[in-house]
This record gives sequence, structure tokens and C-alpha cells, in this order.
Amino acid sequence: MAGAPAIVDANRALQDRARAREDAAVRRPIVRFRGVKKAFGAMTVLEGIDLDLYPGEKVVVIGPSGSGKTTLARMLMTLETPSGGEIEVDGEPLFTMVRRGRRVPADERHLARVRGKIGMVFQHFNLFPHMTVLRNVTEALIHVRRIPPEEARRRTMAMLERVGMAEHADKYPAQLSGGQKQRVAIARALVMEPKVMLFDEPTSALDPELVGEVLAVIKEIAAKGDMAMLLITHEMQFAREIADRIVFIDGGKIVEQGPPEEVLLRPKSERLKAFLARFRNGMGLR
Amino acid sequence: MGDEWRWDVAWAAARKIAAVVPVTIAATVLGFVVAAAAGLAWTIARRSRSALVRGAVEAAMEFVRRTPLLVQLLFLYVAFPRLSVFAIGVIGLGLHYGAYLSEVYRAGIEAVDRGQWEAARALNFSRQKTWTRIILPQAIPPIVPMMGNYLIVLFKETPLLFAINVTEMMAVAKQFGSETFRYLEAFTVVGVFFFLMSYPASLVVRWLEARFGRAG
Amino acid sequence: MEAGILLLPGLLRGLRVTLEVFVLGAMLALGLSFAVGLLRLSRFPIVRTLAAAYVEFFRGTSLLIQLFWLYYALPFFGVELSALAAGVLGLGLNYGAYGSEVVRSAIRSVPKGQWEAAIALNLSPLVRFRRVILPQAWPLMLPPFGNLLIELLKGTSLVSMITLGDMTFQAMSLRTTYARYEVPLFLLLLVLYFLIATATSAIVRRLERRARVGRSA
Ligand SMILES: Nc1ncnc2c1ncn2[C@@H]1O[C@H](COP(=O)(O)OP(=O)(O)OP(=O)(O)O)[C@@H](O)[C@H]1O
Ligand SMILES: [Mg+2]
Repeated sequence: MAGAPAIVDANRALQDRARAREDAAVRRPIVRFRGVKKAFGAMTVLEGIDLDLYPGEKVVVIGPSGSGKTTLARMLMTLETPSGGEIEVDGEPLFTMVRRGRRVPADERHLARVRGKIGMVFQHFNLFPHMTVLRNVTEALIHVRRIPPEEARRRTMAMLERVGMAEHADKYPAQLSGGQKQRVAIARALVMEPKVMLFDEPTSALDPELVGEVLAVIKEIAAKGDMAMLLITHEMQFAREIADRIVFIDGGKIVEQGPPEEVLLRPKSERLKAFLARFRNGMGLR
Repeated sequence: MGDEWRWDVAWAAARKIAAVVPVTIAATVLGFVVAAAAGLAWTIARRSRSALVRGAVEAAMEFVRRTPLLVQLLFLYVAFPRLSVFAIGVIGLGLHYGAYLSEVYRAGIEAVDRGQWEAARALNFSRQKTWTRIILPQAIPPIVPMMGNYLIVLFKETPLLFAINVTEMMAVAKQFGSETFRYLEAFTVVGVFFFLMSYPASLVVRWLEARFGRAG
Repeated sequence: MEAGILLLPGLLRGLRVTLEVFVLGAMLALGLSFAVGLLRLSRFPIVRTLAAAYVEFFRGTSLLIQLFWLYYALPFFGVELSALAAGVLGLGLNYGAYGSEVVRSAIRSVPKGQWEAAIALNLSPLVRFRRVILPQAWPLMLPPFGNLLIELLKGTSLVSMITLGDMTFQAMSLRTTYARYEVPLFLLLLVLYFLIATATSAIVRRLERRARVGRSA
């Protein structure tokens, strides 16, 4: 038994190191924009964005129309390619990879692997019109994650239950209201269990009376914790409730960022003040 | 590889074929004029007040569009032995493409806003004036590119006239080929002729489409 | 009546060849339509250019010339095609060029958001196309494909001129035997083509109805 304390010590050391690793993992950003630039032809939309998104963190991006919010999200979803800088996902560059010791542009395999960690909800839903609600959601589970159909169906129904759409599983998108479509789109992205979810103005294509049901679903998802979210919205009250951090983009740059109270109630820059002034009325902000 | 391409033969073929280019052009232009008129006749007839006439016209047009031009030409050839083969060719092309052009006219007419008819009625235009002063001036410009398309299609169908013994480019090429046993040059050259005439024309039509929009 | 009884068996002998050329030509044309239509949407400019050149070439000349070329001129390069092979190849290449335009424009008219959603769900390029884009483009392709099919059927009559024994060819030879009946002969031939075309168009309509299930929006 003489060796017992040594073993205990060794165990403790191992546990400490494991905890340290976990902490490091928690502190390591899941998404990291580093000097990301984007130009369309001669027009520069984003000129050097540095932004880290941590696991589980909810970041809301606000900014005037045309400031490049959508472009930012679309680059992370690989729908656009940055003109400069690099985006890292889970510590790994998204648009480049190493082949034979050299950095080369990412191929489809690399993109697909990294993309698997990201999900996106679009402003205009982009549901597949030729598939039922159920199939919209099972499609990627079966054909990307290779989950057996029965299991995929089970997970889908659970997810549809969560967004309140289970009883519409056999309908086609054309038979749904905008709010219902968006809830299906959320389920479709969520069922893939991404580490990061992107929402690009998920309610701005909806009739005002349908906004609430979609925001409620997003709020419920956000409360669940472990998934990071990058959410673009003009719903300031909602942003305030949901965000760990708010990022204000204008003129192709991040102008201000911080906790919601700071950014929304004590804006420092003139541009943010001017931007927020337009939302003052009826938004419950003082 | 056997017998390779011979330029001297190709030149000889080109000269013979070039000599009948006017025949092909004449058949194309006259065929298209007949088609434009026949298309108008089809279009007016299918707007008749009598349902019987409308039904009969639709059926006849469908029949024309669903049967081969080649066989229609052969039919006209045996049915009207008195007519010259060139006239039969022109009539055959005209009736066939008239049925297609009628669809184009219809699309153009239907694209004119209903409000235009009502405005004409409100201003007390006669039926004829409504057509000539209000509807057609709006219906025709958008369908010009489509009509141009059919002109080119019709042009490319003129080799079929060879089947009823019209001495056009294809007939001359075949004749040249069987006399000299140089089918390679004969048919290549006639193909080049057609391409050189139809491709620039199709570029013009595409330009018109881009310029004035697509309709029909 | 008498004429019909006399002439019909002869024409029907050509029916088999007509249908054979029609079906084989349509299959080739359909395959080419998709292959070339997709190549025209390729990322690589050189591929797009070559595909466009094929389309322009076959649309710029006449079917009859193409058939004559394949049958009479190709042997000069040591390639001897049977009349059937030349007929099927000519029809397939010609209508494949037109069909590729149908495929291209139908695919391009699927909204961009559908591609993007498919990428966001990480569907592989093949699955993206097969399960998301094609099912939406297909119903758009069917009506113009139906029209092309009728045109192709009509085009089969041209193979009679490269010695293939289709209905039109049979009519031409019956004509020398039964000179008295040449008018009803060609009328009957027209009716036969009309019937095949009408049946074809009915089949395509049925496909269109089936493809429309649960669509729009
Ligand atoms: N594919 C493209 N080609 C050319 N310009 C583009 C493209 N996509 C976006 N842009 C331009 O880039 C700028 C930023 O667009 P983006 O959609 O990212 O703005 P946004 O902040 O999302 O605006 P909004 O609040 O209106 O959605 C705009 O001026 C837009 O016109
Ligand atoms: Mg946007």
C-alpha cells in the first residue's frame, strides 16, 4: 500500500491536466474570423473583420442595411469565398487545407467536413418545395450523416415536436404559413447537431403576427446552451434578451461590441447611436 | 483514313452550290411570307365566334404541327401535280410554319393587357380599329425575335425541298456527290453554307431578344 | 377503304423501323441533353465553350445535312455506319443539342436559395443535384421535352432519305406500285404520324401531372 499515495497523486495530476485541456477547449473559439475581407468586384463590403465566437456563445450581429452582415454569415457557410483573411472553424482553416506540406485552397471534401459543424437558417427559409416537411428534415440526416431512415425519422419527429410542427410533418412547404416554414427550416438545420448555428434575419420575411412564434423557438434553442449561435436581426428587444454579446458592423468594420446592455444602452460611437436612434420607438429601449 | 479531304473538289462543290443559293433564299423568304400570312389566317380563324370553327381550326393546326414537313411536302406533291415543285415547296413550308407562327401571334396578343381592350371599348373604337390601332401595335414588337427564330428554322428546313425535286443547295450537293463520288466535300460544303448563313442570323435574333425581351 | 386495306400493311412494315429510330434517337438525345446541358454549367470556361460549340454547330445546320454527312461522308474517314446507326446518331446529336438548352435553362431557373440550402445542409454535390435540384428542374423540362419529342418523331421521316426502311420509305416504294392511290397513301401516312405524335404527347402529359405533385412555393 506504500504506492497508494503516489497513484492518487498521479490520478489527480491526470485529472488536472484533463480539466485544463477542457478549459482550454472551452476558451478556444469555435469560429474565428481573422482579418476577413470581402469585395464584390470593385465594391468592398467587408474590410478586415476580426471576430471570435466561443462554444455555446450567442452573438447577435446588428448593423445598417448593406453593411455586410449577411455576407459575413454566408462566408462562414461557404456560400461566399473571402477575398482576404481566414476563417477558422474548431481550430482549422475553412478555406485552405494542407496537402503535401503546403497550404492549398480547400477542396470539396475539406469544405464538407468543416461545413458539417455549421448550420444555417435563411431569411427566406429555402425549404425544398418538392419534399414534405418530414423529408425536408430527414434528407440530410439520411444522405449526409448516413443515419438509418427509421432513426432519422425518429430524430426528425422529436425535432419537429420541439419546434411545434410535428402535426404538419406530412404537409408540403406550400401548405404552410411563413412562420411554420421558418420553424421547419430551423428544425432542418438543428437536427444535424451543428456546433454553430447561423440565423440570417430569420423573421424579417414574416408577417408581423408570425414573428413571435419563430423568436420563441429560437429562444428555446438558445437556452439549451452548448451550441454557439450567430444571429443577424433587426429585432433589438430580442437581441437584448438572447445575446451574450452584440456586434455592431458598419462601413465594412466592427465598430463596437460588448454585452447587450453596454452596446444597446450605452453606445460609444456616433454611428451606433445614430443606428439605434431609429429603433428607439416602440422597442422598449431607454 | 482512306481518301482525305481535297480542297479542289471542295471549291468545285462550293461553286455549284453557290449558284443555287438564290433558290434557297427565295424559298425561305416566300415560305416565310406565306407562313406569316397563313399564321395570321389561322389566328383569326381560331378566334371565330363559332365553337365548331374554333375546334376544327385547332384540330387542323394540331394535325399540321404533329406531322412531318417532309410527308406534308410529299402529300402536296402528289395531290397537286399541276403546281411547280417550287410552288409546292413554298406552300408546304408556309402552311407548316404558319401553324407555328399562329402560336407566336397568339402569345403576343394574349400578352397585351386586358385593360387595353377595355380602354379601346371605352373610347368607342370599332372592332377593326381596336385591332389595328391598339392591339397589334403592342402585340407585334415583342414577338419579332420569335418570328426571327422561325425564319431561321424555316431556312434550315429548305433542304427537304430536295425530296420533291426542287434544285436547291442540298439537291446540288447530292448531285455533285454522286457524279464525283466525293460526298465528303459535297456535304461538308453544303453544311458550311447553311451554318454561315444561319449562325449570324441567330446572333441577330439573340441580340433582338436581349434588346427587346423574350416573348411567346 | 379499299386503298387503306391495300396500303396499310405496307406502311405498318415501316412502323417498326420508325418506332425503333424514334425510341433509340430519343434515348440518345435525352442522354446528350443532360450531359451537355450540365457541361454548359461547368465551372471551367473551356468546358462551357466546347459544349456551346457543339450546340451551335448542330443547331446551325440542318438535320438532313447531318444525316447525309454521317451516312455518306463519314465513310471517307473509314467509319461506315449502318443506315440505322447513322439515323439514330444524327437524330440524337441534333435533338440533343436542342435538349441541352432545355436542361440548362431549367436548371438555371431553380432558385439560388435551393442550392444554398443544399450546401448549408452539407449535401454532397451529387445528392444536391439528384435530390434537390433535379426534382425541381424536371417538371420545367417536361413540356419543352414533349415538344422536342414530337419534333424528333417528325425528324425520323428523314431517315427514309438515307435508305432506312421507315414508314415514309415504305410509302415511297408503295407509291410506285399503287400509283392510283398515291394521295390516300400519303394522307394515311400523315394520319399514322399524327397518331404516334398524339400518343407521345399524352404520355408526356401524364408525366407532367405526376411531376407536379406537391409543388409550387
Ligand atoms: N453576390 C453579390 N454580388 C454583388 N454584390 C453583393 C452580392 N451580395 C451582396 N452584395 C452587396 O454587398 C453589400 C452587403 O450585402 P449584405 O447582404 O451582406 O448586407 P446586409 O448587411 O446583410 O444588409 P441587409 O440588412 O439589407 O440584409 C450590399 O451592398 C450588397 O448589395
Ligand atoms: Mg442581410
